[in-house]
This record gives sequence, C-alpha cells and structure tokens, in this order.
Amino acid sequence: MKSNIKDNRKTKQKDIEPKQSKLNKIKWKKIKSKQIFAAILSIVLVLSGLWLIQALVMPKYMHGIVEGAMIAEYYKEDKNHDVIFIGDCELYENISPAVLWEEYGINSYIRGSAQQLIWQSYYLMEETFRYEKPKVVVFNVLSMQYHTPQSEAYNRMTLDGMRFSFSKIKAIQASMTEEEHLIEYIFPILRYHSRISELEKDDFTYLFHKDKVTHNGYYMRVDVKAAGTVPKGRPLGDYSFDKLAYEYLDKMTALCKENGVELVLVKAPSLYPYWYEEWDRQMVDYADRHNLKYYNFLDVTEEIGLDFQTDTYDGGLHLNLSGAEKLSRYFGEILQKECHLPSRQGEKKLEESWEKKLELYYEEKKTQEEQLSQDNNL
Amino acid sequence: MLFTSYEFLLFLGIVFLLYYIIPRKLQWPFLLLASYLFYFIANPWYLLYIMATTITVYLTAGAIERKKENFKDWYNSQKKQLDREQKKLVKEKEKKKEFHLLLLGLLMNLGLLAVVKYTNFAIANINSVFRLFGGNEISFINIMVPMGISFYTFQSLGYLIDIYYGKYKAEKNPFRFALFVSFFPQLVQGPISRFHDLSKSLFEQHKAEWKTISFGLERILWGFFKKLVIADRILPAVNLIIHNTDTYKGGFVLIGMLFYALELYADFTGGIDITIGTAQTLGIHITENFKRPYFSKNIKEYWKRWHITMGTWFTDYIFYPISVCQPMLKINKFSRKHFGNVIGKRVSVYLSSFVVWFTTGIWHGASWNFIAWGLGNFAVIMISQEFEPLYEKFHKKFHISDRLYYRMFQVIRTVLLMSCLRMFDCYRDVPLTFRMFGSMFADFRISNFSRENLLSLGLTGFDYLILAVGLMILITVSLLQRKGSIREQIAALKTPCRFAIWYGLFLTVLVFGAYGIEYDASQFIYNQF
Amino acid sequence: METFNEGVYSELLEILQNLHPDVDFTTNRELVDAGIIDSFDIVTIISDIADIFDVTISADEIIPENFNSASALAELIKIKLEDEE
Repeated sequence: MKSNIKDNRKTKQKDIEPKQSKLNKIKWKKIKSKQIFAAILSIVLVLSGLWLIQALVMPKYMHGIVEGAMIAEYYKEDKNHDVIFIGDCELYENISPAVLWEEYGINSYIRGSAQQLIWQSYYLMEETFRYEKPKVVVFNVLSMQYHTPQSEAYNRMTLDGMRFSFSKIKAIQASMTEEEHLIEYIFPILRYHSRISELEKDDFTYLFHKDKVTHNGYYMRVDVKAAGTVPKGRPLGDYSFDKLAYEYLDKMTALCKENGVELVLVKAPSLYPYWYEEWDRQMVDYADRHNLKYYNFLDVTEEIGLDFQTDTYDGGLHLNLSGAEKLSRYFGEILQKECHLPSRQGEKKLEESWEKKLELYYEEKKTQEEQLSQDNNL
Repeated sequence: MLFTSYEFLLFLGIVFLLYYIIPRKLQWPFLLLASYLFYFIANPWYLLYIMATTITVYLTAGAIERKKENFKDWYNSQKKQLDREQKKLVKEKEKKKEFHLLLLGLLMNLGLLAVVKYTNFAIANINSVFRLFGGNEISFINIMVPMGISFYTFQSLGYLIDIYYGKYKAEKNPFRFALFVSFFPQLVQGPISRFHDLSKSLFEQHKAEWKTISFGLERILWGFFKKLVIADRILPAVNLIIHNTDTYKGGFVLIGMLFYALELYADFTGGIDITIGTAQTLGIHITENFKRPYFSKNIKEYWKRWHITMGTWFTDYIFYPISVCQPMLKINKFSRKHFGNVIGKRVSVYLSSFVVWFTTGIWHGASWNFIAWGLGNFAVIMISQEFEPLYEKFHKKFHISDRLYYRMFQVIRTVLLMSCLRMFDCYRDVPLTFRMFGSMFADFRISNFSRENLLSLGLTGFDYLILAVGLMILITVSLLQRKGSIREQIAALKTPCRFAIWYGLFLTVLVFGAYGIEYDASQFIYNQF
Repeated sequence: METFNEGVYSELLEILQNLHPDVDFTTNRELVDAGIIDSFDIVTIISDIADIFDVTISADEIIPENFNSASALAELIKIKLEDEE
C-alpha cells in the first residue's frame, strides 16, 4: 500500500512537472527577451553617449587652422578624378583644381594636409586607390627630407580626418611620435577629452556636419606678402635622402604601377623651405631610373610667369591665388600634353558639379578680395 | 608599467581573459607567469632581484621549518630521559639555532635592500663628514632600485619571521611562494600582505563570478577616478609650489600643503583601489590598506587607518619584538628601579617607538627629510599620548567629545597635523622645510589667496571646479562608507540606476581625467618606495 | 591550585585596571579586536607582567587570542609559570 501511495504521488508530480516547466519556459522566455532588449538598449545608449561626447570634443578646424579638416573632405566627393595630388602644403596652396577644370577639362583633387610626411602620403595613396583609380597621381617631393615622426599636432591634422581602415592604422603607426599611442587615434576622445573645458560655438555648430574649407583640396588665399631675397640654404653634412624616405617612394612607385596609375613627381615653386641642388639631382636620378616624370617648378618660375612680389601671401613659402592659378595653368598644359589627359568638359554630371564648385570658388574669391581691400583701407 | 597606462589596461585585459579560460588548476601558475612578465616588461634585471629574495627566503624558511620538525621528533623521543633543567636548556639551544637561521635570512635580504637603496645615502653622509676634515670624496654608485623592492622584501621577511614564530607551516612549493612574493597587482606599491591572509584565495581555483568581477572593476574605476581626476590634476600646482620656494611663500605654503594632502591621498588610495580591485576581478582578496584615514580623531588613530599593512608590519615585526626582548625588559626593570614607575613604564614604549618611526622614515626614502618626517610623527604621537589623561578629563568635564563640531575639529586637526609633517616629504630638505614652515606664518598674506594668484598655479578655473566637485564626491563616498560597503549599496539599487552610476563614473574618468598628451605622465607617488 | 589561579587573575586585573580604569576587564572579551587596548598598552602590560610574575611573554605570543580578555591572558601566564616550575 505504502509504495502504491508513493507511486501515485510520483505520477502526480510527473503530471504537474511538465506544466510547470512549460510555464517556466514561457516566463523565462519573457524575461530573456526583455533582458536582451534592455541590454541592447543600454549598449546603444552607452555607445551613442560616448560617440556624442567624442564628436563634441574633437577639434572642428572650421575657422583659423582649417588644414585639419582637409583630409576628411575627400570622402564627400564623387570619386572619378583624373588626377589626384598627394602631398603637403606645397600642393594644396599652390595648385587650383578649378583652373585645371576650367581651362583643360581635367577633374582633379588634392589630398593634401599640413606637413604631410611621405609615409602618410603613401598610405593616403593606398586608401585613395580603394575608392578610385585616377590616371595620374602627382606627389610633391619636399617630404623626402623627413625620415622620423615630426609633430603630434600635424600628425593629428592629417590622420584624424582619415576614415577607419588598415591604411589608417599603418599610417598612424608610421607617424607616431614617442609620446603618442595608437589607441588615442582609434578613440580620439582619449586625446581630446581635455577640450571639454574649452568648447566653443563651432564645436556645437559643426557637431553633426562640416562646411567645406577647400576647393577640391585647394586652400585659397588672395592676400599678398612679397618675398625678399632668398638666402642660400645652410650647408648640410649629408645631402642624401634617408633610406626610409626612398623606401616609401619605392612603395609609391610600385603601388601606382600595380594599379596602372602614372606617378608624377613635382617640386613646387616655393622659395622656402630651401630645396638643395643635391636633393634635386637625387630626384632627377630617381625619376630617370624608374622612368617617371619629374618637374622642378623652381627652375621654370619665369616660364610660369610667377612674380614673387605679387604671387605669394607669405613671402615665398606658399603661392596666393594669383600664383596658384598661374602654376595650375602651366602644369595643366603639361598634364594635357605629356600625360595625355583629354578634356572631360561636356560630361553632363561632371559639368554640373563643377558649375556649383566654381560658383563657390568665385564667391570666396570675391569675399576675400573685399575683405582684403577693407583691411588695406584701414 | 604604470597602472594608468594603456599598456597596463591591455595587460590586465589579457591576463583576465586567459585566467578564466585556462583550466582552473593552472590559474595560480599562470598568475606567477603573468607577474614575472609584468616585472620583466618593467626591466629584465629586476627579475634577478626578486628571484634572489624569493629563493633566499624560501630556503631559510624551509630550513627553519625542518629544524623545528626534527627537534620536535627528537624532543618527544627524549623527553622522558631529560629533567626539567635539561629540557629548558635544549629548548633554548634549539631556539638559538633557529634564530641564527632567521638572522641569516634577514641579513641577506635587508643587506640587498640596503645596498640598492641606501648605499648612496650612506656615501653622501660619509662625504659630508669627510668634507669637514678636507678629505677626498667617494663617488656615488650607479645602481637602480628595483621596482617595489621595499614592499616585496618586507612581505617576504614578514613570512620568514612568522615561520620562525611557528605561526603556520612553511610553503613547500617554491613556485607558490614565488607567486606570493611577486603577485603583480601589489608588486609596485603594496599593500604588504601576510601569507596566511593572501594564500587563502591566491592559490584557490576561481570561477568567473559576476559579483566579484563587477565589484573589482568598480573598484578599479574608482581608483582611476581618484588618481586621474583628482591627483593628477592637482599635481602640477603642488610641484610648482614646492619647487619654486622663492616665489611661493607664506599662504602659498599652506595651499601647497593642503593640495599635497589631497594629492597624496587620492594618488595612494587610488592606486591601492586599483590593486585591490584588480586582484578582486581575479577572485583574490587583498587586505585593505586604508580606512578613511582623514576622519581620524588623532595621529595615533590616523596611523591605524592609513597605510594599514605597513603600520601593522612595523608593529608586529619591529615594535613588539624590540619592546619585549630580554635586554629591553632588563632596561625596563632597571629604569623602574632607578627612575620610578612613571618613567620606568615608558622606557620600552619610547625606545621601541623611536626605532619604529626611524625605520618607517628611512623605509620611505633614503634621505634625512624622511627620517625627520618619521621622527616628527614619533614626537607628535608621544606628546599626544602624554596628554591623553588630560584630554580625557577635559572631555569628561565638558561632554563635547560626541558633538559634531568637536569631531570636525578633531578631523581638521588631524589633517593639518599630518599635512604639516608631510612638508618634510614635499620639500625634501630638512632646513628648507623648517624655513618654509616659518614662512607659512611670517609671510602670510590674505592676498596669496586672491583669484589672480590661485589662477597662477597652473590650474584654471575649470580645474578648480573639477577638484572641488571631486573632493565633494570623495567626502560623500567616505561618509556613505560608514554605513557599509558602497558597492553593496550600489548593487542593491535597481539595474538602470546601477548602470547609470557605473556609466557616469566611467564618463567622468574618461572626460575629466587628467591623462593623455596634454598632461605629463605622472607616476604614482608610492612607486618609488 | 585554585588560590594560585585566582591570585594570578586578580593581580593581572589590577595591572589592566591601572591602565584603563573605566573598562570592565572581567567581562570584556574583545580588548584587542575592539581597539580598547593598543600596542602601547600591550607593551606596558607585558613589562608589568615581567616585573610582577617574572614571566616573559615573547613577541610571537602577542596575538589577539591571548590579549582579547583578561582570562585568556591569565591562562597564558599560568601556563608559563607552570612551565617554569
């Protein structure tokens, strides 16, 4: 009898158990889905909060030092350029893509940034080729003289604008000065958090969108400051460029070859920093050896028609608009004739986009000129 | 590797993940590996020092232990044949032999510590004597002080003395002992753990548990808050004041003194928070080193609540052994006989306290200013000890000891007294410290505290705002702590609240922390000791 | 034997009472744990005991268990005295 009762109980329990476990399952499911929802929601909240603060403290480079905003501007472009310029201020202040379009129908863009170092140029090139394959890449050889990381501030202005990619990581690792860390580039909040105490109106105005600061990478200046006499550069112990600089130049040459892009080397006609004869010879040799075109515009300033009394805004370091337009006209002809770039005027879509761009271009020219005459009158 | 470096966080993250992935049996050997790697990254040569300490202490402790066991067996077999006198004699003889072994272990390790840490101090002092007689000067030796050597040496010697006392059995496994000496979270700045405290959880197998891990992470975050938001932000002002004594006199000395009190507290307790939190994420319990020290009624109490593990180490291994050793008891007896009970009673306490504070001072750094600092503490403690009966009478008569304003007075008095003593630590030069102390009163001007002057200390108005809010948070947390663990209190909150607090603290550290390229990388103050 | 024990205990109480007149040492069992006697007190007690009983308490015997109550301390002294005999 006793065992019977026990058995009865057991069977009863068995009856109940599945019901309960079913109930539990449903309950558990409810809790689980609720928890998953809460978890996802909190992760979204946490990350968006972090992102917002990061966006807020990042420098906006919209006024004053605008060079920091240049690299990022490229991503907004339609990427079907004929020519991409890669290099430092000797490109983005000396070449005007607007002139190249207007006069030669060449669609070009300058991926320039302040004190762009050669490894940064290389990785920018690598990155650019993932978006488009231009016919010609023009590289300014001034940065051959550097073979060590230079300054954190300039690194930031070049690298922060780059979209996240392996090219960016490699560029960072090649550029970092001793006190910098990779992680501070990946999460710039670690670098810029202290700006929280010095936020300006711009930081809020440009939180979600940025204005354009260049015209296809060209940084326009119309003011004039004549150059004085240029002293000869002080003699150096060793004029040969460093192995590392050559290594990156080799890599650029190879990368262009691989992608069927013609690499053109130039030295812009800036009087400073001093460009030594010995350096020039090395570049001539290099171009010969690798069958590249190399143009040293310093040798042809008269043909270009440059007048360093009127065509520079900082005493010969950089050209102003007048100088840049002269140089662009000169170089445009070379590109057209020697690199065989046909005019693309007539392509409807391209024409339309340039129309808008030119409007802005001339508008800014006007504004700057007005401002200048006002300043001069004062 | 600084606790507040990216490298440390990366190291910690990797160690943490692997620790819970590998078979649990391998957890403690893995920690030994990680600890040695930690030391290796800092400087490969350091490993030699810590291994020397580990091996010598392990061997002497083992020798003492074997000696004890052998003697016990022999004694038990011989007991019946020995009379009382003989028994006493063999026991004493045995004790002496064990003591010699202990002495060997102590001398080897203290010798090593003395050579690396105090040789140049000794040379400097010898030179100043030579100078008096116009003799030649000895040149300083070029030797590096291994990171955390004072801490791990003391921790190992505490263990050795415990074995000698027979408090517990010596550790048989040399690798386990090596982990006890080198456990990386506490390698750099303590706490000084005891073997029977730490070994319980150090060698256990640990399952990943949400509570311990989240509590550990919370504690680490709190440490980062103290260190990065408060300590490192105020540091430039402290340095400016104490390194430009011609400019910053009078009221500035007071400002520097108070800033340093805050900086040291936030820096040191923050570092210990990171240490204990790190260990906790690995399931390992480390003894607390602080108990809201600035809330102490007097200096004696302060020293029971500040750097606790160091204080108890000095009490257990220096103060007691010296004050109850035979010669001391004889001195005691002698002085009671000749100077009466009042003085006689105090002799041993005074003498051994003096030794303790002298060594505490020199342990902090090989220079006279630290010795002066130690002896300053000694003087204050002894004076307040003598005044205690008077205080008690006063308290009884006026019934104010429980009043809030009196408690606050006591707390402020403690903070000010400790801050004054720490001026020896700030200025690093005894005569200069006295001069600046005098200047604090003589050159005091209200204008020292003007807006303009406060903003000239390398801190902006924004910095002051953050420091003020940070200080308020510190005080609030300390007050809440009296009701029990803050983390338990947070854990009892609803999940959204809990996450909001964590996230808020995380963002605060991230945004308001004084770290990165704009701020000088500043070492934890206690790393150098 | 009984009287001997009591003698030790009462003399010990006197030493303790001298130190802290307002503490009831007959009942208190957490003298160390509750912070009623500190390291200075302990050293004074040990030197008093050495003086009165001619018994030395060594540093390794200074553990809370021995000093938490008057009776525990009396027990320690008793064992030491018996050992001497």
